[in-house]
Amino acid sequence: MTMATAAAGVFSRLELPVGGDHPGWRTDARSAALGWVAEHGFPTLKDEDWKYTGLGAILQVPFEPAAPGTGHGLTLSTLDTLALDLGGPRLVFLNGHFAAELSRLTGLPDGLTVTNLAAVVAGGPDRFGPRSVRPPGQHQHAFAAFNDALTEDGAYIHLAAGTTVAEPIQLVFFSDPGGSPLVSSPRSVVLAGPGSRATIVETYAGAPDKVYCTNTVTDVVLEDGARVEHYKVQDETEAAFHISTLDVRQGRDSFFSSHLIALGAAIGRHEVRVLLAGDAAQVNLDGLYMPQRDQHHDNTILVDHAAPGCTSHQFYTGVLDGNGRGVFNGRIMVRPGADGTDANQKNKNLLLSDRAEVDTRPRLEIYADDVKCTHGAAVGQIDEEALFYLRSRGISHQSARGVLIYAFAQELVERIDLEPLRAHVKMLVTNRLGGHR
Amino acid sequence: MLTIKNLHAKIDGREILQGVDLRVAAGEVHAVMGPNGAGKSTLANVLAGREGYEVTGQVRFDGEDLLAMSPEDRAAAGVFLAFQHPVEIPGVGNMYFIRTALNSVRRQRGLDELEAMDFLALAEQRMQLLEMDKAFLSRSVNEGFSGGEKKRNEILQMAILEPKLAILDETDSGLDIDALRVVANGLNALRAAGRAMLVITHHQRLLDYIVPDRVHVMAAGRIVRSGDKDLAVELEEYGYTSVEKQTAADRPTRVRASA
Repeated sequence: MTMATAAAGVFSRLELPVGGDHPGWRTDARSAALGWVAEHGFPTLKDEDWKYTGLGAILQVPFEPAAPGTGHGLTLSTLDTLALDLGGPRLVFLNGHFAAELSRLTGLPDGLTVTNLAAVVAGGPDRFGPRSVRPPGQHQHAFAAFNDALTEDGAYIHLAAGTTVAEPIQLVFFSDPGGSPLVSSPRSVVLAGPGSRATIVETYAGAPDKVYCTNTVTDVVLEDGARVEHYKVQDETEAAFHISTLDVRQGRDSFFSSHLIALGAAIGRHEVRVLLAGDAAQVNLDGLYMPQRDQHHDNTILVDHAAPGCTSHQFYTGVLDGNGRGVFNGRIMVRPGADGTDANQKNKNLLLSDRAEVDTRPRLEIYADDVKCTHGAAVGQIDEEALFYLRSRGISHQSARGVLIYAFAQELVERIDLEPLRAHVKMLVTNRLGGHR
Repeated sequence: MLTIKNLHAKIDGREILQGVDLRVAAGEVHAVMGPNGAGKSTLANVLAGREGYEVTGQVRFDGEDLLAMSPEDRAAAGVFLAFQHPVEIPGVGNMYFIRTALNSVRRQRGLDELEAMDFLALAEQRMQLLEMDKAFLSRSVNEGFSGGEKKRNEILQMAILEPKLAILDETDSGLDIDALRVVANGLNALRAAGRAMLVITHHQRLLDYIVPDRVHVMAAGRIVRSGDKDLAVELEEYGYTSVEKQTAADRPTRVRASA
């Protein structure tokens, strides 16, 4: 196997950084994670999951982990503009460290625990270890391993059996590296007990023009009959890098949905891995990615049907401009015995320039009978007929183009059920298309 | 209002219009008839500014050089094309579309934009004219509309945009007799002293309702014969072939269409 290594900074050293407030029991796991990287290296274009996303631009930057207490220029009003205040619990992280003064954890309903992960980790390995998504010591790739080694904090959300949380739970990750490139490694854990319900909104943003790297992992475990709606707005600075893994395990009759809105980052990768472990579980994965200028947006998905009667839907839409590059790498695995699986996958792309590019790749591996599996991919340009139709009614060329582009993106925006977030995303998308309106 | 002189149009090297001459005065309704492939729709598209044609000749609209204008500027100047095949645009609301169009042309004409409520009142009033249900406004532009609904939606746009020159490209095709009557009544209500119409059609049917001031026959990219409304009746009775033969015998005398 080809080894890829980092040129400088924390990604090259394979040593645990000095300092930080880590309990002893974590040290072994953190060292083991670095050992995993030493053995496996960083992914290369030869890895099926990284085939279209080169990491050279990230690995040549000498990133260092952020110290606590940095980047405190963020005020509440800026925060509300960036991420909205949806009225419920809100956890804010600055450069990967918990910012208690900007967070709101009061008035939680019975059965809901929302806190920062470090507080839970300090309580010992038994608090959440047995219920984590992956077996200990197993890592998907070097970034996930580095997240394990370097993480300082993240969100911890626990829903007791039967708990319904009406207000969305907000997680805001803001980066402000100051003068030198920093990496933050938030790690969040969502444990949804049997029959519980909640909505979770993650927002990622950063200080303008700053180079930083967000290497984030969110683990979600849904027990039988749980229902979790997850939203993620990736609105990082365009000089930043964003590597994320959303790792989900679902029990019987559970329902999980995730909506990704990817706008920012020089390289933004959002990987979703869903293990349908219990019968009749359902998952809906939506994504809207809009790379422009020199941005690169990678969407890598694995839906693993390991139990019978499960349903999965994937619907990703790309709007690509300038030199923008998009990736849809969607894998569906149907394991032996997962009969009655209903899996589908749809990917649509609108290319607005001759230089924009998208790689769309369905990967279906079916080892069960009695399976319904469909997939479709489309790449197109602005419909010239529609453009002429609008112009013939007096709408300027530029406005007509904007109307058609928004109409294409809108289908995904309208699938956001959370009303204030939908309006916010609509505004972000419209601003993004500003050059065309 | 509209003066076309020696208009030629080529697409993919094929010459579709081969020297069209036509004059239409304000307030007049002109019918353009002719067999398939005669160039009728091309004439309509070239006047509306569709790209992709190599166009030569002269078209004056209210004294302006129409061919030099963009499609949106032509619309603002008062040209309207009712499409033969109206385009479906998923994700764009019909009301949003028509209001955006109206406010674009109003801005260009130096008028204030209409607020949503004022626009709605106007749209509802115009929809009554076409016996259209209000639900049409909340649907995506033409998406899932029947053939007849699409054609009504075209005339609704015309009724709201109030053009000086309306070019109706086979607006009657795909309409059953009831829908034809409704659309024709709407069009008759929109006849006005300052508004001209160019009605492109295969059949005399529509002209039973909208009585034209002049009828022109197009064949092989030119207007080969012009007359009053009785010419349409003659065509219906004897067909285009007889007219074309007669025209061939007339050559080289060019038949001039004049208002």
